[in-house]
Amino acid sequence: MGRVVLTFIFIFICSVSNAEIIKVCATCNFTTISSAINNASAGDVIEIHQGVYTEGNLLIDKAISVVGVDWPILDGQNENEILTIISDGVRVEGLILRNVGTSYLEDRSALRLRNSSDFIIKNNRLENAFFGIYLERSNNGIVADNRIIGEAVDEMSSGNGIHLWYCKNIEVSNNIVSSHRDGIYFEFVDNSKVHGNISEHNLRYGLHFMFSNFDEYFQNTFRDNGAGVAVMFSKKIDMYDNLFENNWGKSSYGLLLKEIYDAEITNNKFIKNTIGVYVEGSTRINYSANIFKNNGWAIKVRGGCLDNFISGNDFISNTFDLSVPSNIEGNSFDGNYWSEYKGYDLDKDGIGDVPHRPVKLFNFIVFKTPEAMVLLRSLFVELINITERVSPVFTPKNVTDNSPSMKSFF
Amino acid sequence: MRKVMKYTVIDLLRSRWTYFYCGFFFILSGLLFLLSNDPSQVIITLMNVVLILVPLISTIFGVMYYYNSREFAELLLAQPIKRTDIFLGQYLGIACSLSFSIALGIGLPLLIFSSISDLSIGNYLMLIVTGIFLSLIFSAISFLTALLFENKLKGFGASIFIWLFFAIIYDALFLIALSFFSDYPLENFALFASIGNPIDLSRILIILKLDISALMGYTGALFSKLMGNFNGMLVAFSVLMAWIIIPLVGIVRVSLKKDF
Amino acid sequence: MGTIKIEDLHKSFGSNDVLKGIDLDFKSQGITAVLGPNSSGKTTLIKTILGMVIPDSGSIFINGSDIKKNWSYRKQIGYLPQIARFPENLKVSELLSMMKNLRDEKCDEDYWIDFFELQPFLNKRLANLSGGTRQKVNITQAFMFDSPILILDEPTAGLDPVSRIKFKEKLFEEKMKGKQILVTTHIMNLVEDIADDLIFILEGKIHYRGHPTHLKNSFHTKDFEKAIARMVSGSTGDKADHPDTLFCEKYKMTL
Repeated sequence: MGRVVLTFIFIFICSVSNAEIIKVCATCNFTTISSAINNASAGDVIEIHQGVYTEGNLLIDKAISVVGVDWPILDGQNENEILTIISDGVRVEGLILRNVGTSYLEDRSALRLRNSSDFIIKNNRLENAFFGIYLERSNNGIVADNRIIGEAVDEMSSGNGIHLWYCKNIEVSNNIVSSHRDGIYFEFVDNSKVHGNISEHNLRYGLHFMFSNFDEYFQNTFRDNGAGVAVMFSKKIDMYDNLFENNWGKSSYGLLLKEIYDAEITNNKFIKNTIGVYVEGSTRINYSANIFKNNGWAIKVRGGCLDNFISGNDFISNTFDLSVPSNIEGNSFDGNYWSEYKGYDLDKDGIGDVPHRPVKLFNFIVFKTPEAMVLLRSLFVELINITERVSPVFTPKNVTDNSPSMKSFF
Repeated sequence: MRKVMKYTVIDLLRSRWTYFYCGFFFILSGLLFLLSNDPSQVIITLMNVVLILVPLISTIFGVMYYYNSREFAELLLAQPIKRTDIFLGQYLGIACSLSFSIALGIGLPLLIFSSISDLSIGNYLMLIVTGIFLSLIFSAISFLTALLFENKLKGFGASIFIWLFFAIIYDALFLIALSFFSDYPLENFALFASIGNPIDLSRILIILKLDISALMGYTGALFSKLMGNFNGMLVAFSVLMAWIIIPLVGIVRVSLKKDF
Repeated sequence: MGTIKIEDLHKSFGSNDVLKGIDLDFKSQGITAVLGPNSSGKTTLIKTILGMVIPDSGSIFINGSDIKKNWSYRKQIGYLPQIARFPENLKVSELLSMMKNLRDEKCDEDYWIDFFELQPFLNKRLANLSGGTRQKVNITQAFMFDSPILILDEPTAGLDPVSRIKFKEKLFEEKMKGKQILVTTHIMNLVEDIADDLIFILEGKIHYRGHPTHLKNSFHTKDFEKAIARMVSGSTGDKADHPDTLFCEKYKMTL
């Protein structure tokens, strides 16, 4: 990352030393952006002043900065991509890009970078873009402080807010992305960071990793999405200090893990999601210091999970804390706080004297017959849960917290 | 009918059992508001209590009142009023005082604590409304049962059994049926089976309000679709109304034929 | 005027035939004692007149009109039930105004409140009254409407001797006003004292009807209870030497 910053400083110094400022406005020398770009040379700054510019697709093929003054509007008139960047060292700031238009044939985007590196995309506003910011085969850049508000209605006819494909060393930070298909999408993206973003009201995922390794995301908020974050077919992803909130719907979850290895999930809050974490085939994952509160299921496991350690987490007021298949082996659930825990602590060491079984019998029934869920919270179901807790017969023996905490960790 | 009802209400509103009942709900919901900082948890706990206790207490009230007022009913039968007016009047009296207890016992804490808690009023009102419906339904059923059984012990036993059936046995059979036929699509069966039991229907109405519907997957989506909108609510409450009206028709028919 | 006419009245509860063809006619004023052993059918007969029991066949006419599917005829009847149990949490005054409210007729409760000196109890709850006081309230509610027909079930139960005498005199007065009064009781003295007509029901049929004195004369005894015992044993025929014992055993009647 340091290398990236140094490069930026270098570019900045260069541009200050021999930069020319080219103004674009209705009464300036240049009234169109395209003419300004044609006349610019590397290191120049194009200053676009207030106004509406409908110039179709603009190609930036030199290392210039494009800076908006008082929020000029670049309108794609629901037909075109707006900015395509194919050069290194480009900076885009302070623009409003709007109305890209839906296409079922191509991934049209408001702002596309192709084979570019050392770029800064900062403080722009994207409105009604099909895809927002689209990075392909680009490295060492920053996408920060943008507001990307889409108008997505259904998954088929919508694109992603920030879309990365075959990229490395990218920092996506402090953006607000909403109402797209996926808020932020990573496919074959390595060594990148996603932090401080708010991703909400997206139809599918707030943040989506596919085949991406050695990435981290932290201090983000994922709220009211179809699902908060999906991490699929990826390795070494660190997830910490995020808030997964209110991802509520019949197939919603805070975090989806599918075929991933060696991840750390720490200090996250999962609040009021249909499913806090939905896991399908994950190996060597550590869950620690997370809060699971008011979720339908805190963690739902569909099988193929090995060597997962769940420890030091709070499970509070979830309808179900844990749902697992009956043949689950080789995972640890020790040392968590469970608000459902009914045991006691005679030796006052803060650890319950009786092991806790987080899987309820009803949970087990629902796993087999999902329709049985209509009996949730009925007296009969409460009765069979109590019976099972007193003398466990059906619930798996190896899903047990042997040292449940008596007190919440937070 | 109104006259009999009026004096039944006066009689019951002076009964200490009414005060116990009302006071119990008042203290319970008050305590829940004070001790819990999660309003949806308050509603879930109250829901559990309402779904079990309201049908049980209404059942006992209905039976007890009928047998206790048997001799007085004979005196009334000798008066120039219609038979149906006597028993419908008594039923309405019981139903009124039970509903009054619920509305006051659960509603008053809402008025007191609503300012300090970010509770959604709609969910809470749904709880009160279903509580009142359950009172009306189960007091009607138990009043009819008592009317059918001359023997007090048999009548009491039958009423308790009916409560037990709707509170537990029905759901047990329901669950067994679901597990047994789990290879078949069961959404429609689940829907009809839960409408068939007023306690299940009330529970689902409250749960739908609490948004737990999302947990129910496809079945829940079906329920939300069918009952989440105005028409669905209309259907659900019509079913609840039917659960009141059918026993009432029974009361009318039995009381017209019965020898006292 | 209160006339009652009963024609061929039948009633059975399951396989148990309780009334097997009763014909009765009460034309003018008078006090009629309706007697009979337990489960003879006298309670059923009275309940049928009141409309509480619906007959299998036969008709009843009150002042000339059939009571079938009719409830307004009960305006003509004042009923004094045997067990005076009222809603416990109502006050005496509330009970009386409730009855007034229900019947919506001319009413003279003040007279009876004075008569039984009930003023101190008006604001008490019925649950807190003694048996005797409750019976006074009971009598008040039955008599206060001035109905032409009165049906009284054990009217003197629980009354103290003074009230009992006062009440008997009152009954005479009511009769003289032209009322038709039916009384069921186990107290034979009361029957001898007040009744000018006697109906004895046995096994669902009218076994005897006549004046109490006439009954005594025809069985050659001065003792009214003995006369009844002889009448019953005569009907059965056997064990004539121990009629009293037989009677008591067979009908478990407390004399």
